[in-house]
Amino acid sequence: MPDLSINFAGIKSPNPFWLASAPPTNSGYQVMKAFDAGWGGAVWKTLGVPVVNVSSRYGGVNYRDKRLVGFNNIELISDRPLADNLREIEEVKKHFPHHAVIASLMVQSRQEWHDIVRDVTNAGADGIELNFGCPHGMCERGMGSAVGQEPEVLRTIVEWVMEVARIPVIVKLTPNISDITEPARAARAGGADAISLINTIQSIVGVDLDKFAPYPIVDGKGTNGGYCGPAVKPIALNMVKNCAQDPDVRLPISGIGGIENWRDAVEHILLGASSVQVCTAAMHFGFGIIREMTAGLEQYMTEKGFSTIYDMVGKALPNVKHWEDLNLKYKVTAHINEDKCIGCQLCYTACEDGAHQAIRLQEGTRTPAIIEENCVGCNLCSLVCPVEQCITMERTDDATQHRTWKERTAANDIPVTFNDERAGGLHHWVPEPAAALGKERHKTLPGKARALGSPQAARLPAPAESQS
Amino acid sequence: MAEYPTPTTAQDFAANFAQIKPLMSNTEALYESSRCLFCFDAPCIKACPSGIDIPQFIRQINSGNTTGAAKTIYEANYFGNACGKVCPTEVLCEGACVYNLNEQKPIEIGRLQSHATRKVIDSGQKLFGPGAANGRKVAVIGAGPAGISAACELRALGYEVDVFEARAQPSGLTLYGVAPYKITNEETLAEMDYLEQQFGYRVHYNQRISSREDLQRLEDGYDAIFLGIGLGATNALLLPGEERQHCVGAVEFIEQLRTEQQHVAVGRKVVVLGGGNTAMDAASESARMGAEDVVLAYRRGKDEMGAYEFEYDLAKSVGVKGLFNVAPVEIIGNGKVEGVRFIRTATVDGQVQVVPGSEFVESCDMVIKATGQSKQTGFLHLIPGLQLDGKGRIVADARTGQTTNPKYFASGDALNGGAEVVNAAAEAKQTARGIHGFLSGN
Repeated sequence: MPDLSINFAGIKSPNPFWLASAPPTNSGYQVMKAFDAGWGGAVWKTLGVPVVNVSSRYGGVNYRDKRLVGFNNIELISDRPLADNLREIEEVKKHFPHHAVIASLMVQSRQEWHDIVRDVTNAGADGIELNFGCPHGMCERGMGSAVGQEPEVLRTIVEWVMEVARIPVIVKLTPNISDITEPARAARAGGADAISLINTIQSIVGVDLDKFAPYPIVDGKGTNGGYCGPAVKPIALNMVKNCAQDPDVRLPISGIGGIENWRDAVEHILLGASSVQVCTAAMHFGFGIIREMTAGLEQYMTEKGFSTIYDMVGKALPNVKHWEDLNLKYKVTAHINEDKCIGCQLCYTACEDGAHQAIRLQEGTRTPAIIEENCVGCNLCSLVCPVEQCITMERTDDATQHRTWKERTAANDIPVTFNDERAGGLHHWVPEPAAALGKERHKTLPGKARALGSPQAARLPAPAESQS
Repeated sequence: MAEYPTPTTAQDFAANFAQIKPLMSNTEALYESSRCLFCFDAPCIKACPSGIDIPQFIRQINSGNTTGAAKTIYEANYFGNACGKVCPTEVLCEGACVYNLNEQKPIEIGRLQSHATRKVIDSGQKLFGPGAANGRKVAVIGAGPAGISAACELRALGYEVDVFEARAQPSGLTLYGVAPYKITNEETLAEMDYLEQQFGYRVHYNQRISSREDLQRLEDGYDAIFLGIGLGATNALLLPGEERQHCVGAVEFIEQLRTEQQHVAVGRKVVVLGGGNTAMDAASESARMGAEDVVLAYRRGKDEMGAYEFEYDLAKSVGVKGLFNVAPVEIIGNGKVEGVRFIRTATVDGQVQVVPGSEFVESCDMVIKATGQSKQTGFLHLIPGLQLDGKGRIVADARTGQTTNPKYFASGDALNGGAEVVNAAAEAKQTARGIHGFLSGN
């Protein structure tokens, strides 16, 4: 049985799954219920001077029939008095002494920081998270992401906090910045114990086509919010990786962004996170999702032979390289498994219109064929194919050669002029432009109705080809 | 034993004939449309006789443009709502869905189609209208799928159109011949109302065109005449006892069922003769009307039945029993039907042969003959120069629908010998273009 427990910068937790600072951690009731369900830790809804919120606070991005692949909010930090929160933190810690309760904080002056750090420490919090990430509402008041976007200010505030902090301090970073490692380095310079990322991404999740207003709509108006949910995972993973690989950051990372199952969590961990935080998935499905997350993580660790979380933290980092270090001699080619093909021809039209015209249709069958010499190994066909393992990318080089862009640059073997002989696509066949005209009109404008044309335009009967 | 109680009220009838393709809610339509792969050169389009751009309308439903979806459907097929419900989608669009090849459920194309079209029918949204008047007039005989489709298309092309219908209501077999669990009368008529309001053709009900004089009037008053007359009554079996009470034709039985519903009486034990889709319908309907036993008797083997497999499955699911390789010899009884004398058959070299000495009597109190419909050759012979083929079908140009009398054009069952609503709708649209080509000199 693998050991799921962690010691994150001094904060101990029975498993790496924490609830992120957000609506699910708004009260002691919710946090207790989450711990009861199996969550290892919770970052309390951000404390500070209580706010006043608007009604209509969340917006969703649905993809076809899938709800909330993206989610945004315009809610602010806790609107409850500090004393109530402190009392509840104390009560939670009484019931769950071995679970992690981290107080998220957002205030302005040095004195306020000192006061609130002392208050939450006295209440029994195991750690502190500085909310330098909130990208809506609070940033306009000089807090949240306004701090996260100014490394010098961030560092100063971290220093204020560290003057009085007796428990570990995590700095939560905003992704609304061009280089995430800059605030991460500032956090380290200020003396923080760890970082967490990403906070939400500034966003408009949609526009009401009838009311001409962005979601969520508050009395006919809206504002930018903070974006999260499954859609942001790729952005989060990249930023976690950037911080984990930066030699000047070297802080434990709590990974946040798009985590809703064990697999998402493992990805964050493999790229350097040693705890993970979840919000949207808990808001969507409730605390019960923790069952699947812990069970999946345990099974994965067992199968891989990892006995602790730390056996896997950052394990994918050595394989995340700069583009210039990738092997240009490696070559894969698409392969269609004819027994599995169902003939949707999405691969054909994707390659034809969106890639390199390396798939052709065949007479007498709906199964397309790969034109190997045209296939650049881009993966597109295998990505659009709706059948599992129908299109596979097969290695076609002999695995003996290795040559990177960096090596070619050093050897003076790269294209340097506009019409350089060394252009990668120079010898790759492309069709003549005019060959596109009318090529597939009868297939992309289909149906007898199209062949007949609109009644108003009718002059001649249907062309003969429509009958074939 | 009866699986269905005999219906005595409209509610009972509706329950016994619950729609097998019920209307989808918006949520169900969203989920189902989300599954569509948007295949390139989609097989479903090719499998649709009317060539509806199916991936397009499904994508339109999915992107919240149900009105656009309805437009896509109606542009190809004026019986869009009816076809979504009554088409044998299992062997057409849905049968061609690539999901079948992955052993996944095909997209419920028919139900999505009805969902989209029903929305505009219910809202009465104006999507189409007559084209600029071109001063020409066309008479349409028959307000069935062929006639109404031709009328819509001709109106869109700017013709004045008069439709002459022998019955009291439009849509032909959609109303009078389709099993009630496939489509309700209300739905059928709602679509007809919608089309009439959109295109503004005139339908003259209870006006059977049956004499040379009737035809002469049309020939004199119109630039072209469209024949959408369908088929006639059930073929006689020419068996002794066929005249006995409670020995009825399937087409007549179904028509009565559609118009009189729960007021139709069926026998306690019903024998249905035939192996086609109409036989399956009549058998299913008898069972749903409360018959205790329904036997489907067919002179060849089960696998040789003309009916679609899913139609036989549907009949079996309501308790219909198959009796194969039997040929009726006599309808026995005393005034009323009391049974059918059968003789067993064997198929030798593709020929059905009777097995001597194998006669037996299957007792019953009702016989439904589903042995095909006759052609309306008597009427058609009133049209000068109109040629029929050996099976009594109208001979016409495959592309234009023009018959051997250049003023007459034809589509639907009278031309194709009997097919689906969708075939008639598709043919008639094309024939309307044929009429247009002829009259505009192209």
